[in-house]
Amino acid sequence: MTLSEAGTLTPPGDAPASADAPAYLHGVVAQFETVDDILAAAAKCRDHGFTDWDCHTPFPVHGLDKAMGVRNTVLPWLVFCGGLTGFLTGIGLQYFTNVMEYPFVISGKPMASWPIYVPVVFELTVLFSALTTFFGMWGMNGLPQLHHPLFFSERFKRASDDKFFVSVMADDPKFDAAQTTTFLESIGATHVDRLEE
Amino acid sequence: MNTTAASYLDNTGKDPTQRAPLVLGANDLHDVTDKVCGIIENPKPSTGWYVGMAVSLLLLAVLGYSVFYLFFVGVGVWGVNNPVGWGFAIVNFVFWVGIGHAGTLISAILYLFRQTWRTGINRSAEAMTIFAVICAGLFPGIHVGRVWVVYWMFPLPNQMEMWPQFRSPLLWDVFAVSTYFTVSLLFWYTGLVPDIASVRDRAKHRIRQIGYGILAIGWRGSNRHWHRYERAYLILAALSTPLVLSVHSVVSFDFAVAQLPGWHTTIFPPYFVAGAIFSGFAMVVTLLVPARKWLGLEELITLRHLENMNKIILVTGSMVGYAYAMEFFIAWYGGVHEETFAFISRATGPFWWAYWIMVSCNVIFPQLFWFKKLRTSLPAMMVVCLLVNVGMWFERFVITVTSLSSDFLPSSWGYYYPTLIDFTTLIGSFGLFFTLFLLFCRFLPIVAMAEVKMTMPQAHPSKH
Repeated sequence: MTLSEAGTLTPPGDAPASADAPAYLHGVVAQFETVDDILAAAAKCRDHGFTDWDCHTPFPVHGLDKAMGVRNTVLPWLVFCGGLTGFLTGIGLQYFTNVMEYPFVISGKPMASWPIYVPVVFELTVLFSALTTFFGMWGMNGLPQLHHPLFFSERFKRASDDKFFVSVMADDPKFDAAQTTTFLESIGATHVDRLEE
Repeated sequence: MNTTAASYLDNTGKDPTQRAPLVLGANDLHDVTDKVCGIIENPKPSTGWYVGMAVSLLLLAVLGYSVFYLFFVGVGVWGVNNPVGWGFAIVNFVFWVGIGHAGTLISAILYLFRQTWRTGINRSAEAMTIFAVICAGLFPGIHVGRVWVVYWMFPLPNQMEMWPQFRSPLLWDVFAVSTYFTVSLLFWYTGLVPDIASVRDRAKHRIRQIGYGILAIGWRGSNRHWHRYERAYLILAALSTPLVLSVHSVVSFDFAVAQLPGWHTTIFPPYFVAGAIFSGFAMVVTLLVPARKWLGLEELITLRHLENMNKIILVTGSMVGYAYAMEFFIAWYGGVHEETFAFISRATGPFWWAYWIMVSCNVIFPQLFWFKKLRTSLPAMMVVCLLVNVGMWFERFVITVTSLSSDFLPSSWGYYYPTLIDFTTLIGSFGLFFTLFLLFCRFLPIVAMAEVKMTMPQAHPSKH
């Protein structure tokens, strides 16, 4: 499920939302107080079988990937491909310009002498790898996405400060507003907010 | 300052049984956010900020005037002549690029070495790097003479069907510096996003909410995001590490690949890199000693951070000193007459004063940091680091100007006199640098909050 689907304002088939229509529930978000609490809660949510859920922390909490069961990202392979593209671009650019298009003898050196290619090839490899890392990481994270149902919760603002949150979205097959709230409270949440317009 | 306050802020003690805390005082996670965001949220910056900004803008105007005058009249307004065809513009370029090395060293190399103390200073050092590279990039742009064809530096298809010559180190420089700027900017912005999100979430005013909201690109601290984010951060660090070493090596090739006595030496790449880190750290200390005081960040940017940087200054300063000595040894050992002469002339010839300013500022004064009392004393480190900044500028002056002024043929020797416009351009570039840095202090989180929080006890699970 993509995040844009979760952000749909009206359930499919319904009439467009009007002012007096019942608020659409996007999911719930639960607040936890400490790193220990969030680690324990994440493992229990994982074992509970949620699929469309996430943890939100002000800094990366080590051990949380394992507790949530997050698989390793393929980002390094993308970066490798980006770097390889840069490497080939560097060789191609120099060969094309200085051997094919505009050959010019300097100090009697051969036209295609690879040692002089090294600095530019190196720089372009690094440049392409870095650009792939940057845009690949944000792209795979689905950012920029300036709005998200989580921002409906006033309490969630502490997620960038000092509190820890678990969110479960309404599209999760195991989601049920009342039961999920009770479940989150039973695993140590201090507050559970409904994500409504 | 009374003694209790002084002792609680001094975390430079050497007790091997416990790790010195990186955040002092009774600060919890929320206090870190409060302290760092508070600087940005303060509706009225301090008088010091306004004074600094006024001076910086004045210098920036001086730069604007100097560059405009240069464009209007031509490079004849500078003191460059024949034989000294490379004057202040190259000296300033290498000086600023060198300063731009500390930020990436702190953010990349110290990250790979798991030096957690970097978290307090990496944001401001990276910002400084970017601003220094902007200042550096100005000079190759304006010294080309015909600025309207500056795009010839890049491999762009053009109506003359000509391409740049890739055998020239000057072209490598174009690639190295532009790559370095791009990667540093990506690295800096990646680090900034979670912290800008903190600022966004606390913003009260509509314009701030929108502005920081756009910059934070919708960051919501998701652990699935953090997972890729941390991996990306590690990759960027691993890419930046060889990059930072390559950039000043390529800059040194501008000199070392030439045949000129005094330039044509194989020691240049490592010697330039050591010098770059040396000058960059000196600039970081110069900026942070006043900034942490004025912005009330003494508990986050602690004395231990500064002491560690001073130790790096001591190490790299000694490496630079070794390189100076080794250049003389090789000049003698190599037995090339012109080379020997070039170095004797450097120390005793017409530019002897520049050489001895360089040696005293770069080699002699940093040795004071062997004494713990001096490397943990704010006034002492401020004086030494300012001297290092001066000395490193003179190093580039010595390398560039003395070598050019007396080459192989005595009949073509000449002296170099910088003009007033040379000086105003140099001073003006500091205006550009400080204007950008002061804007950064006012509008962006100056300490990497998310990373500092990671080093605090609250961030570690109790059963570990």
